[in-house]
Amino acid sequence: MDIPAHYFDWGFIHISYPNLIVVGVMLVLFALALVAPFPHGSDRDA
Amino acid sequence: MPEIAQVKPKTTTAPNDGSWTYRTRQWVDRVLPIDHLLPHRQPYYVGSWVYVFGVITIAALVWVVVIGVVLSFMGPQWWHVSSLGRFFNSLHFWSVQLFFIFMVLHLWGQYFMAGWRDGRAATWMIGVVIFGSSILTAFTGYLSQQNFDSQFIAINAKDAMNGAGIGAFFNVLNFGQMYGLHVMLLPIVVTFLVVVHIVMVRARGVVKPIDREGGSPS
Repeated sequence: MDIPAHYFDWGFIHISYPNLIVVGVMLVLFALALVAPFPHGSDRDA
Repeated sequence: MPEIAQVKPKTTTAPNDGSWTYRTRQWVDRVLPIDHLLPHRQPYYVGSWVYVFGVITIAALVWVVVIGVVLSFMGPQWWHVSSLGRFFNSLHFWSVQLFFIFMVLHLWGQYFMAGWRDGRAATWMIGVVIFGSSILTAFTGYLSQQNFDSQFIAINAKDAMNGAGIGAFFNVLNFGQMYGLHVMLLPIVVTFLVVVHIVMVRARGVVKPIDREGGSPS
């Protein structure tokens, strides 16, 4: 908390690396959720 | 010995006797039958990890509330000084991070599948209110830490509150008000709305995929 985070700068985008990592992880999780097979996905009502 | 009159209680078997309990029961049976409230099977299109985001959000909220109860009972000295207290403090913080991460992932999922279709607009709007209430709860949590960090945030946040014209109602320098909001009023609001949100989802079921019959955008 006492050490300020480093920032990523690209044009108008100004975001700290911790926040950038969180956003990146969220995008990866969302993409994985769309394509990853769901266990027993076929064992459901039609 | 006088006979005691056997008076049977006067009951009615009429389907609609005008009582509010009868009408309420009929309404609950119609709107939320028990097989909708606790289903044991789901449609095939629910077999996707996208539908798990909401459940993880609820799990994170349970952790946030349970650990928050422990923190409020033990107090700031405990959560700042003792090893176990700092551990619980961290659990509270990281549970909130997971809560927000998966709430936003749930939001993305519902946005792209247009989860407000087929009479689910109120469910969507309550979700929006939950999102806003959660942000307020998190902000008051930063103000409730009882350390220099919370003082720094409060000193800076007061200008934003005054700039927004609500400084007279929300004094972020008033620890008692912020702590009360954080541990009592806002958690009750968030938890109550989450329960309503879940019941509404259960009442109508999960929204069908857009290309599924009967699931066209409206």
